[in-house]
Amino acid sequence: MADQPTSGGGSQPSKPPPWNDPAVRSIVFQVLALVVLGWFFWTILNNTLANMETRGISTGFAFLDRDAGFGILMSLIPYDESNSYGRTFVVGLLNTVLVAFLGIILATVLGFIIGVARLSNNWVIAKLAAVYVEVVRNIPLLLQIFFWYIAVLQALPGIRQSITFGDSFYLNNRGFFFPKPVFGDGFGLVWIALIVAIVAIVCLRKWAKRQLDRTGQQFPVFYASAGLIIGLPLIAFLAMGAPLTFEYAELQRFRLAGGASVIPELMALLWALTMYTAAFIAEIVRAGILAVSHGQTEASRALGLKNNQTLQLVIIPQAMRVIIPPLTSQYLNLTKNSSLATAIGYPDLVSVFMGTTLNQTGQAVEIVAMTMAVYLSISLLISLVMNIYNRRMALVER
Amino acid sequence: MKSTPILVAAAAAITLVAGAAHAATLDDVKSKGVLACGVSTGLPGFSAPDANKNWNGIDVDVCRAIAAAVLGDAKKVKFTPLTAKERFTALQSGEIDVLSRNTTWTHTRDTSLGLNFAGVHYYDGQGFLVTKSLGVKSAKELDGAAVCIQAGTTTELNLADYFRFNKMQYKAVVFDTSEQTLAGFEANRCDVLTSDQSQLYALRTKIKNAANTVVLPEVISKEPLGPVVRQGDDQWFNIVKWTLNAMINAEELGVTSKNVDAKKSDKNPAVARLVTGTGDMGKKLGLDNDWAYRILKQVGNYAEIFERNVGAGSPLKISRGLNALWNQGGILYAPPIR
Ligand SMILES: N[C@@H](CCC(=O)N[C@@H](CS)C(=O)NCC(=O)O)C(=O)O
Repeated sequence: MADQPTSGGGSQPSKPPPWNDPAVRSIVFQVLALVVLGWFFWTILNNTLANMETRGISTGFAFLDRDAGFGILMSLIPYDESNSYGRTFVVGLLNTVLVAFLGIILATVLGFIIGVARLSNNWVIAKLAAVYVEVVRNIPLLLQIFFWYIAVLQALPGIRQSITFGDSFYLNNRGFFFPKPVFGDGFGLVWIALIVAIVAIVCLRKWAKRQLDRTGQQFPVFYASAGLIIGLPLIAFLAMGAPLTFEYAELQRFRLAGGASVIPELMALLWALTMYTAAFIAEIVRAGILAVSHGQTEASRALGLKNNQTLQLVIIPQAMRVIIPPLTSQYLNLTKNSSLATAIGYPDLVSVFMGTTLNQTGQAVEIVAMTMAVYLSISLLISLVMNIYNRRMALVER
Repeated sequence: MKSTPILVAAAAAITLVAGAAHAATLDDVKSKGVLACGVSTGLPGFSAPDANKNWNGIDVDVCRAIAAAVLGDAKKVKFTPLTAKERFTALQSGEIDVLSRNTTWTHTRDTSLGLNFAGVHYYDGQGFLVTKSLGVKSAKELDGAAVCIQAGTTTELNLADYFRFNKMQYKAVVFDTSEQTLAGFEANRCDVLTSDQSQLYALRTKIKNAANTVVLPEVISKEPLGPVVRQGDDQWFNIVKWTLNAMINAEELGVTSKNVDAKKSDKNPAVARLVTGTGDMGKKLGLDNDWAYRILKQVGNYAEIFERNVGAGSPLKISRGLNALWNQGGILYAPPIR
């Protein structure tokens, strides 16, 4: 009670009034910024909807429940004309995810091979890799997609002249047809066995590493893993009485009915995306490897590691830290580039949903927004996964 | 520093709100001095650029006629090539003033896109193009066929309906432009190419070995094609509608680009209303009374634009058929100018 008023100041610096407090001010400004931003987007949205209303353009998402009424060339889920526009969204989305996923895997493999090849001591291999990179990355992707599409179609025979393998595989300009596996009762156990095998392998590798650290003894992890992943499901399969049959494609007047198939549009698109992106990945890999100082190689040699051991155990892990961030952006590029599919008739999200569906319903704003949201989500997901991976790689080094 | 982008954003938002008010298209076109017309990316007979980048075709001539009526010069048109998918958005957003791109008038398009169809200048129907070697005589034999089509067309829906109704299977290979669709067909990706019949004849003029292809007899849909404008601007809607009607009426009245000057002194009052100022027909549209005279003088009547673009005077050689006048066995019938 007898204390001095706080404003009197003492040895302690006095607390400034709230409007002069930097902490308070920063919060206020951030809240203000958020409010203005929110108001901004709300106004745009409202304004757009009001304008569309006055011009007699339909709005809202009710169209998603209406019958689509058009056919789609390829679908990973059951689809026919009587399904809804909402389902065309899912069909297109899955087709996009399929090319993006396969493309990322294939481009990574091819890119690493070419990147390493470009650093090879073998002059011919190094030069071939260099030529590949320079040619492929300097031709516009759309042109390459066209080229491969027409090339694929020209190279393949008509349906009557199909190239066949043992009467169950057909290759022609309608696609590659193969027997479709039909899983009978009890096949579920095989899947379970497969999962068990994978879990077992993960544990086995952990154990083998500890064993190696403790005793210095190498356990043949590779052969053991191979045995597990083949052996376990096989035993389950035989135990259940081989519950698997195949449905074969059958030649009709215009088509091969039944069976499963890969359409030429998918082949061409996947091939073009893979080739193109691999060229960029190759350069990223090369840069990553060159970023690891030569002293590391020399030290590793001095320890008696073999050439490929040096690459695998010393260089690549360190190079990965340089490689992963730009690799992520290549993955994002590939995903977004997959929308060029429309040019060759591969039914991806842009072709099916932002193309046909948009045109049949005319609801451009909703459909474009949904499509953008999909690409944004896929991109964020890829970034997230890659960032997690990146963090793990970075930590291992410390 | 932090607040600068927000200010910019706020300013942009206000601009957007202010920009919402829409000017009348006629005033817009007059002040620009040029008509923005949406056409196809290249469809012989309807809208296609020649070697000198001059656009030709029946759709193109509709735009030229509007420019002649509104701006006094049929050459004052800026053509914007649009794929089937892009066309309606281009019109809705105001990028073009009129869409004249072999566009079918349908219920959905008329009611939910905020657009108006200003009439029909070509009655069409969907057909099938196949290679002769296929040995197909009728569309009913196409069960299981792969079909090349263009995205964003009525064609896509008609096809699904037709095959479903006839309990047949098909695989639709959907492309973006007619160029790509044709490339797919020529590379044998599909057995059939389907589109409006007139367009099949047009595309055939582009095919390398056209002699090896046939158009099947079936016509599976109604495709009335016409010019389209934005909803909510009745004056502009009227101008486009009556430009078309003027050309059709002129054919009926026997007024052509050759004799229009002589017809100025014609005794027939209907002709006088069309080519001279009697009745103030132009004024009622917000134009001057020479509007129809200029259309006929500079572009011609319906028969003339039909014959030179898709009829006997063109490589397409399409006969008038449904597109003949109502009193000559067709269904072309324009309300009177009075
Ligand atoms: N009339 C139909 C079809 C119009 C259409 O786009 N047809 C194609 C024929 S293959 C075309 O004109 N393509 C020319 C282009 O893409 O520019 C519609 O309005 O939906």
